[in-house]
Amino acid sequence: MAYRVVCYINQFFAGMGGEDTAHVPPEFRPEAVGPAAQLDQLLGEEATVVGTIVCGDSYYGEHLEEARKTCLELIKKAKPDLVIAGPAFNAGRYGVACGDIAAGVTQELGIPGITGMFEENPGVEMYREKCYILKAADSARGMRTSLPLMAAFGLKLLKKEALGTAEEESYFSRGIRKNFFHAENGAVRGIRMLLQKIAGEPFATEYEMPVFNKIPPAPPVKDLTKATIALCTSGGIVPFGNPDKIRVSSAESYGVYDIGELEDLNASNYESIHGGYDRVWANEDPDVVLPLDVMREMEKEGVYGKLYSKVFCTTGTGTAVAHAERFGREIGEQLKEAGVDAAILTAT
Amino acid sequence: MRLELHKLPIENVCWGERTHVKDRTLVIDREKALAVVSGDSRFASASLELARPGESVRIIPVKDAVEPRCKLEGPGEVFPGVLGHAPRTVGEGKTLVLEGAAVLTCGSIVAFQEGFVDMSGPGAAYTPFSETQNVVLMVEPREGLDQHEYEAALREAGLKLALHLARECKDTPAEKVEVFDLPSVGEVQKAHPELPGIVYIFMCITQGLLHDTYLYGADVKQTLPALVHPNEIMDGALISGNCVSACDKNTTWHHVNNPVVAELYRRHGVDLNFLGVIVTPESTTLAGKERATWYNAKLAAQLGARGAVVSEEGYGNPDTDLCMNAKKLEDLGIPTVVISDEAAGTDGKSQGLADATPEMTAFISTGNVNEMIEVPPMERVLGHPEAIAHLSGGADESLRKDGSMYVELQSVIGSTNELGFSRIGCRWI
Repeated sequence: MAYRVVCYINQFFAGMGGEDTAHVPPEFRPEAVGPAAQLDQLLGEEATVVGTIVCGDSYYGEHLEEARKTCLELIKKAKPDLVIAGPAFNAGRYGVACGDIAAGVTQELGIPGITGMFEENPGVEMYREKCYILKAADSARGMRTSLPLMAAFGLKLLKKEALGTAEEESYFSRGIRKNFFHAENGAVRGIRMLLQKIAGEPFATEYEMPVFNKIPPAPPVKDLTKATIALCTSGGIVPFGNPDKIRVSSAESYGVYDIGELEDLNASNYESIHGGYDRVWANEDPDVVLPLDVMREMEKEGVYGKLYSKVFCTTGTGTAVAHAERFGREIGEQLKEAGVDAAILTAT
Repeated sequence: MRLELHKLPIENVCWGERTHVKDRTLVIDREKALAVVSGDSRFASASLELARPGESVRIIPVKDAVEPRCKLEGPGEVFPGVLGHAPRTVGEGKTLVLEGAAVLTCGSIVAFQEGFVDMSGPGAAYTPFSETQNVVLMVEPREGLDQHEYEAALREAGLKLALHLARECKDTPAEKVEVFDLPSVGEVQKAHPELPGIVYIFMCITQGLLHDTYLYGADVKQTLPALVHPNEIMDGALISGNCVSACDKNTTWHHVNNPVVAELYRRHGVDLNFLGVIVTPESTTLAGKERATWYNAKLAAQLGARGAVVSEEGYGNPDTDLCMNAKKLEDLGIPTVVISDEAAGTDGKSQGLADATPEMTAFISTGNVNEMIEVPPMERVLGHPEAIAHLSGGADESLRKDGSMYVELQSVIGSTNELGFSRIGCRWI
């Protein structure tokens, strides 16, 4: 049995007109309309376009939530294995609608959704991480190259064939790094790239430098003697036995532990589970990484007001930055809510 | 400096009465080989096993790999400055290589960052040691032995065993001889003044106990960057003494088989002039990082380099050393390429480096260490399969009841090697 495909197009490609009909609400037609008819031919015997959603660009743009809901309901009824939206080329409103549909079916219905756009279409940046957006020309003149590309890629998805890189498959990358085997080893590629760079020839770096979020520092504590201070560490110090099973490296979680009754960390109550440094001394005395002992002394001396009763702990080795950012946001919110004035973060 | 590598290709390994090579088979006198290491009072026990490509064997946890080599002629001995060998500079004369053989050191876990090797199945594709004929040294430390002493004992045992195996095969004539001849920097530049002179900045993990590298027996973390001749590296002047993450640790086997050295040699006199190798520490302090990277840039400029290639070891903290090296070299007008892996998270969606600099415009990726792989059970496990729970890239739930494992790639030895040894690399999807 052939795979079932539903297409999404706008009023213009359905032959209903331009701006004057851009307000038409979505409708389902049990046939292949406009470019969908060509897609149906290109898909061959393995897949059939069982219907086309037609919707006005203005309507979709002005009723985003409602339009998506209606379209997804219509699509669901047609029981497709794949949804192809567009291609939208450089048409902005159409691009947003196509991206929204392709992303919506992928995320909400679990059906693969693909579309096609020109690189400057605003829909690319809005939806590239949520669905496959194949590269297309800037106008409908590119239909003849775009449709075969979308049909071939769609068939690959339907047949669950191994996919190449975003570049090889000609879609805008979804921002995911994946391991592939090159034809040559890294050293050979590296020396060639170096000679190209020296000669001023074009070369393609294999990883563009990431841009880091800059976090502005909090204002200084006004009166330390009244401040509540919290201890946080990425040094892998946890209660003995690692109750939350935080990973030794590449941590995807952190632990929150009550130290309200504790005066000192020692080899019997806490330990280091960090996979990135020599833990011999941290295990003998976990205070060397999470300095509870000194904090208690200074608390008694009145150097600062009060030590917060909980510590926040994780391992910071091989930890993905995305996880680290999440830990930071969550811990920050908890500290703020608890009225903590400042935090000391110890690393290793 | 001229070095001849006399190679004996090894395509099989077995036990026998006398250690020798016959028809590309490394025959080993098991008892005699074991005696080389079993006398060490730091070990409670030691044993030898064999693991060949294609076999259903898992070796875990593996600490280091060493290629059997020894000097046939010329000054010094391989692994100078350790095992009681004089720290006499090496890299000249003739060196015997049992190419295709490896000694793997294995035993109850030293620290967290050792790895595993599968000799077949999907995990085998990620490590060079699924393709070598392996002599696996398995030891248990004496009770109460300090971790650092255990690491040193295991390190020395692997070197001793590899050296012993090569020495026993000295009488067999080599099948092929490769000549590595690189004269002084002045002569190199004079021979081909039109070609760009290239230096190789060879970053080594030197973060302290259990994360160290040794050059002529010197602890590299206490040294300034050192200019070395590539032939010295091939003669084992550089030794791994670390338990850093398995995927991107440079084993001693990788050091003598450094692919950047090989490629620079291959293109030397053709489209570049190979000026030399700068072995540089990855310090844990900012001052140490500044000192080493300024010194590297200075050495490169002093040698008249017109290009540099930098390889990293490890991830996270050393990403900063990598950035500082690239920035300082580029600031001096020396175009630079870096080779590094990425820690992009199990979903591949995180940024892959802990540090970045806009000067790092030419980046060779050797893969995402966090990507998950599934490996099936093996018929035979050498070592301690439960150790996966404590290895970087493993977790409590990694080892399943049937013996299969679901782990991060970083737990496989050599999987994302940052010398660029393998063909793996990250691409966008």
